[in-house]
Amino acid sequence: MSTQKPALRLEGILKTFPGVRALDNVSFSVIPGEVHALMGENGAGKSTLMKVLGGLYQPDDGQIIIDEQPVVMTSPLQAKSKGIVFIHQELSLAEELTVAENIYLGELPHKSFGRVDWKKLHAQTDSILQRLKVGFNAKTRVGELSIANQQMVEIARALTVEAKAVIFDEPTASLTDAEKVVLFDVITDLKSHGVGIIYISHRMEEIFKITDRISVLRDGQYRGTLNTAETTDDEITQLMIGRKLDLSRNASHHEVGDVALEVRELSCGALFKNIDFEVRRGEVVGFYGLVGAGRTEIAETLFGLREPTAGQIYLDGAEVTIHSPADAIAKGISLVPEDRKGQGLVLGMNCRDNMTLPQVEGLKFGPFVAETDEVAIFDKYKERLDIRTPGWKQTVGNLSGGNQQKIVIAKWLSMHPSILIVDEPTRGIDVGSKSEIHNLIRELASQGYAVIVISSEMPEVLHVSDRIIAMYSGEIMRTFTSDEVTEDNLIQAISGITSNRAA
Amino acid sequence: MEPGTLSTFLKRGAIWGFIVFELIFFSLAGEFLSFSDKAFMDLDNMLLLFKQSAPIGIIAVGMTIIMINGNIDLSVGATYALSAIVLLDSMTWPMFAGMGNAVIPIAWGLALLTGVVLGALNGLIVWKTGVDAFIVTLGAMLGYRGLVFMYNGEQPTSHLNWTLVDFAEAQFLGLHTATWFLVAVTAAVWFLMNKTVHGRNAYAIGDNRAAATNAGIRVGPHMLINFMIIGFLASLSAVAFYSESGSVNPNDGELYELWVITAVVLGGTKLTGGAGSVLSTLGGVLAIQLLRKGLGHIGADTETVNLAIGIILIAVLLLDRQLNIKGKEELRV
Repeated sequence: MSTQKPALRLEGILKTFPGVRALDNVSFSVIPGEVHALMGENGAGKSTLMKVLGGLYQPDDGQIIIDEQPVVMTSPLQAKSKGIVFIHQELSLAEELTVAENIYLGELPHKSFGRVDWKKLHAQTDSILQRLKVGFNAKTRVGELSIANQQMVEIARALTVEAKAVIFDEPTASLTDAEKVVLFDVITDLKSHGVGIIYISHRMEEIFKITDRISVLRDGQYRGTLNTAETTDDEITQLMIGRKLDLSRNASHHEVGDVALEVRELSCGALFKNIDFEVRRGEVVGFYGLVGAGRTEIAETLFGLREPTAGQIYLDGAEVTIHSPADAIAKGISLVPEDRKGQGLVLGMNCRDNMTLPQVEGLKFGPFVAETDEVAIFDKYKERLDIRTPGWKQTVGNLSGGNQQKIVIAKWLSMHPSILIVDEPTRGIDVGSKSEIHNLIRELASQGYAVIVISSEMPEVLHVSDRIIAMYSGEIMRTFTSDEVTEDNLIQAISGITSNRAA
Repeated sequence: MEPGTLSTFLKRGAIWGFIVFELIFFSLAGEFLSFSDKAFMDLDNMLLLFKQSAPIGIIAVGMTIIMINGNIDLSVGATYALSAIVLLDSMTWPMFAGMGNAVIPIAWGLALLTGVVLGALNGLIVWKTGVDAFIVTLGAMLGYRGLVFMYNGEQPTSHLNWTLVDFAEAQFLGLHTATWFLVAVTAAVWFLMNKTVHGRNAYAIGDNRAAATNAGIRVGPHMLINFMIIGFLASLSAVAFYSESGSVNPNDGELYELWVITAVVLGGTKLTGGAGSVLSTLGGVLAIQLLRKGLGHIGADTETVNLAIGIILIAVLLLDRQLNIKGKEELRV
């Protein structure tokens, strides 16, 4: 394979920003018909490299070579005309327009006097959609499609040009397992048509399932390329973080205390029904299931963001009703939300103010905020959670995902809650910080917190949880202790295959 | 230098730099073009400029916190006019007859109360119905203006109280009463926004409402308080101005909301909320007033002034955008 001429080659790319060398002499190539993974921790330079390739940044040095011809990329449009197509993690579609209009946006086929040639447009679109084997047609309004199908529209857009290389940036972030299978089929199909694919992802299982080669970046430098068939996740991780990572099953068994939270017959419309479970102090309970299984909705109900339609919630044995997040916080429940940037942090504010946001009311000195107390809290948790930031004045939006998540967790820890709910604790976080957050969750449990972890990543749930609750379509299918659980029976439970429920 | 420091510095200081530029420009241009032989940067001229900045400035300070909070208030001009009517008319009410000058604090109190109540009404509707503040206060702008006209038809409402006029025209340490109002309001609101819990929460709500809610912050009450503050400040502005003039036309205060928003935006407050500063707003107010005065000084007419302000507003936002993009690129590593 390596004897083939690359479809796309980046050579000696150098890009610096004031004070930072974001890309340091990076070389990388994709051969037609291969899936080439690009891996690295957040901040390793993947996004910058892709922006150079897409013409958004101009490299300070180095070359982009397509079909043996050096090219100066000046804009995403030019990249597309050269056959370089990006499928971004965040979709950019006009929801009110049809699939066909979106796919040919800016390039609608037209007749005389600028009239759109609808017949041609729909025919062309349908032929592309057939190739992707999707269940919608050219005239469907994009807003009516699921996220997975919207992504298919983006991919269809890529197929309108003679693509030489397609770049997928974290394409599975919001897809269910079934949808992933469809996506992988499409990638395999592209591959068989001789398209070179760059696949950016943090998810090891996917990397091993779909890629041929893996290139790793660390701190803006190229660290090597591995053949997927001949490597292991340990080897990749080591290249990425420069040390060995322990992702083995959690074996620590510490004292488990009284029941802190008990939920009985909790229901919320069609979102979830008859939910029964309890969480003890010192215990991590993992919720695992597909997207849409109702896990996040249960967390939101416990945090007062949704009103349950039936059922009871008991805290330390006493029945409670929770009307609002303020109410939940006062009762010792805290939530680290799934969407860190959208719901967890005020991105324009500094680290300290974000950390003390829920308790600033209690830190008053007369009518004023007691800023010295705030700084003391910040310093304490910065050290305790090893938050890497130059100081409390740093705007949270400038921190890495891992450090942002630590700020959110610190925000709640400093309030001394009794129950900590963490929804997707490591979404979009690099491998190194991931294990730190996992360790932190374990440590919190050992200190007596009752912790609920919701995750879509099986290794994560297996790693951190003492018990795992498997959900399918709004119902609890089974509760596993860490001795019983295997990857197989867990997958069966969340796919709705098993019917032997246990509360 | 840390990434983004330069652009942040430029942005924060931009409005003051612009003011310095205006001063130099009009002083020099005045030498050649002005018909008056008085220098532009004459002390009395500047003191007058501060005084003239006060009515818009006091409201603009309120608008800053409304906009930081992620809302907008278009009803301030109408609130201003209605408060002015209450101020002047209440002094002639029979029930206060024979009170002499003791009626002044009562009239002030009633005028300020009017602003607070109207602001509270806006705030409650925004809070309880969830309708966008733009729409709510657009309705309020029309509605409150309707009340103004219902009060006295097309006729002006007048009452001159000489004690009040003396007070309004007084100068303390050189500054006029209205200027002192502006200074006090700016200082008080600066403290409110930078040092108190309410201010902190208002920034958080404007920047990311969902995150603020998730932190247990009750969004509604904070918005209500801010609308009450801007209502209060709109009527305080009326109190400062009409104590001296003694006569209010039903059209007074029209387009004030737009001038106020212009000043706030010139000062760098984001329309989307979460960022901004009352000090920069003060800069924005002074910059507009300087421009009006300066263009007048070199012999330009009102139409030219409006055209110039319009162009400068767009130019400033363009510059701000460029600096923002630059700042982001530097940080996005």
